[in-house]
Amino acid sequence: MARLLHIFAHPGRATSRVNLSMWRAAQGIDGIDSLDLYSTYPRYAIDIEKEQQRLVDHDVLVLQFPLFWYSAPALVKEWIDLTFEHGFAYGQGGDRLRGKQMMLAVTAGGPQDAYSHQGYQHFELRTFLTPFEQTARLSQMTFLAPYVQFGALKEDPAPHARGFADLLRALRDDRLDLSRAQQAQFLTHDTLPLTEGAPT
Amino acid sequence: MTDFLLLAFLFLIAGVIAVPIASRLGLGSVLGYLIAGILLSPVLALLHVDVISIQHFAEFGVVMMLFLVGLELEPRLLWDMRARLLGLGGLQVGVTAALVAAAAYAFGQVWQVSVAIGLIFALSSTAIVLQTLNEKGLMKSDGGQASFSVLLFQDIAVIPMLAFLPLLALPGLAGSGAAHGGDSHGAEGDHGATLSLVDGLAGWQTALVTLAAIALVIAAGMYLTRPAFRFIAQAHLREIFIAAALTFVIGIALLMTLVGLSPALGTFLAGVVLANSEYRHELESDIDPFRGLLLGLFFMTVGAGIDFGLLGRETMLILGLTVGVMALKAGVLFALARIFKVRDEQGWLFGMGLAQAGEFGFVLISFAAASSVLPPDIAPRLTLIVTLSMMLTPLLFIAYEKLVLPRFEDAEPREADEITAPSHIIIAGHGRFGSVVNRMLLSAGHETTVLDHNAEMLERLRAFGVRAFYGDATRPDLLHAAGIEQAKVLVIAIDDRHRATEMVRYVTEHHPHVHITARAMDRNHVYELWGAGCRDIIRDTFDSAVRTGRSVYEALGTHAFEAERAARAFVDENQRTLRELAGLYDPDIPNHKNDAYRERAKELLEEQAQQIRARGRGAFHERSERGWTPPSPADVKAAADSQGS
Repeated sequence: MARLLHIFAHPGRATSRVNLSMWRAAQGIDGIDSLDLYSTYPRYAIDIEKEQQRLVDHDVLVLQFPLFWYSAPALVKEWIDLTFEHGFAYGQGGDRLRGKQMMLAVTAGGPQDAYSHQGYQHFELRTFLTPFEQTARLSQMTFLAPYVQFGALKEDPAPHARGFADLLRALRDDRLDLSRAQQAQFLTHDTLPLTEGAPT
Repeated sequence: MTDFLLLAFLFLIAGVIAVPIASRLGLGSVLGYLIAGILLSPVLALLHVDVISIQHFAEFGVVMMLFLVGLELEPRLLWDMRARLLGLGGLQVGVTAALVAAAAYAFGQVWQVSVAIGLIFALSSTAIVLQTLNEKGLMKSDGGQASFSVLLFQDIAVIPMLAFLPLLALPGLAGSGAAHGGDSHGAEGDHGATLSLVDGLAGWQTALVTLAAIALVIAAGMYLTRPAFRFIAQAHLREIFIAAALTFVIGIALLMTLVGLSPALGTFLAGVVLANSEYRHELESDIDPFRGLLLGLFFMTVGAGIDFGLLGRETMLILGLTVGVMALKAGVLFALARIFKVRDEQGWLFGMGLAQAGEFGFVLISFAAASSVLPPDIAPRLTLIVTLSMMLTPLLFIAYEKLVLPRFEDAEPREADEITAPSHIIIAGHGRFGSVVNRMLLSAGHETTVLDHNAEMLERLRAFGVRAFYGDATRPDLLHAAGIEQAKVLVIAIDDRHRATEMVRYVTEHHPHVHITARAMDRNHVYELWGAGCRDIIRDTFDSAVRTGRSVYEALGTHAFEAERAARAFVDENQRTLRELAGLYDPDIPNHKNDAYRERAKELLEEQAQQIRARGRGAFHERSERGWTPPSPADVKAAADSQGS
């Protein structure tokens, strides 16, 4: 059993469809820790010690947020800026996150084909996520392919939310094929690389 | 009674007329008083007024001034001054006395008289110099500090001089003066010998009593004043506090006189002891008017005391001697300035400032004459020289400003003057509100000066090292004593809303450089404070009420971040209506009778109600709803269609 930390960040909960469904789906899962970042730090006063300890206490970090202007909501950035300190996450003596795994679960408003050189977003989705990928690398964490919902404003949120719950359980039970999860561009609810074994 | 009123009126009117004119002409208040005294002298002569006895009374102003100087001087600073005090002061008195004595001897005086004259002219005028330095803001400069050291040493040196003078008594004059060698000096002068604690005691007993008296002053200052002042402060009657302050100063002066010590020295010591006390600023502002009036009276009596008959008869001799004495004193001072590294214009300030003889000279002259040291024909001439030298001092200060300073202003820039910066933040009111502000400022490393009129609370504060002072913070004089001139920020957190508004009005008018952060009791108080000129107004319970509301949102299950946004939106909306209505507020009409205000307030309420009806939510909800809102499906479709076409 891996110790799993699920962090959820959405400043406009009232208008969220997919992310809120994902959050709710995650609430029913035993043995993982879920954190609503905007509820914990509504005034951005992040408790660095506490957050670092939270990271130390877990093996897998899943960061769930909607993509706003090709990046994370402001509080996620603030949380990373403050928590991934020099001497903790990187730099001299900064090896406390070594060997852990980081995975993003993001929703994008545009359709999948928009995220290509020919599409109107002009870049691959993974290009926009390189800051997170490199953050993981500098912290000596393994960066897994992100779990993505494209066209989040139109699609039915239910399958994606169920898939997210499956993903969390698989991560918890070490049933996700990590090498495939690392090599994929991104994962969706119907392309989860699970290892052999009965799904729960 | 009529005589008294007439006399008081004469002195007051002379001062009131002459001093503002002199100040306007840039001559300084001291010269104004002196001129007023001269103009007054024929009238006084006509009325047969005993100017000298008034002068003795007025000399008490010097005692008060030394007390105030002591209040400004923490013991540590006094200790830092010791080298200058003893070295500079000692050498100035010693060398000047020796040179003047030698000159007098050369002029044919017998050696006893020469020594007495030397001692008399070694002294300078504490009253004129300190008053002028204070007025010109030069007290903290290097030259000002050196001058103060010398003056303080002189005030102390007067005592042994008074003990020493009778030993010089001339055999031929013995018997004509009856004064006793143990006579006290200073404010009481030659009519203060009626009571003494040390009369008829042996030398060691006198020493013992003297030491005990000094110990008493210090001990009383350290341990007795605080409970006593606190007790008095609880009465909340200002005049009683002033009476207590006067009692304190006069009592010490009296005690010092009784044991044959300088009252100025005694009150100075008491001042130093109280320099760290929470009552310091209150004492300062209470005593200061008395000091000012008495010193003014003193300067007028100096002016009125000029013997114009004598001056007319021996003009050249007297003037020559005056200039000679001053030149000699200045020479000694310049030499000392060089040795003690009081440089450039500061050296000039020191040399020109202290070149006069002083009020203690009068005391020594009358005492020496009474002790048969000075022949009767010499004493009035000496008095005249002392007076003239004092008259010339303000002119020297003007010369310093007009002739000396410009020469040094062009010189290459020096390192900045060492100004001991006082605290830059004044906090008026240290209750539940002001204390939080103060703690925040202190924790950020700022220096604050706290003013409050709750004596018990202040005592507790000072136990924790807070610079807190007793007094009614709305009084301009107390603000002045607390250093409003140098303050950057004034925090007004007093409970009385009207006085808070008045305070804003006063400070914005007289000290526009000070940023005022004021606490408002409610919406109307915000308008009043704004009208008085404050531009940084915080409603005292508003923020905590908003937090309470937010807390209730959360308790009702609202997401913490949404609760935060809703609270922010509420604050925005509230401030908008506050601004909208500010222009309509009229302090003279209650809001519910102010038609324009009432109408607009109703309109705003109606606006809010409409919004609630329209959306079924709070009026400010729309404001909190913006941000992170994705386009609606219809918008998305429209955008896709337009792209496709």
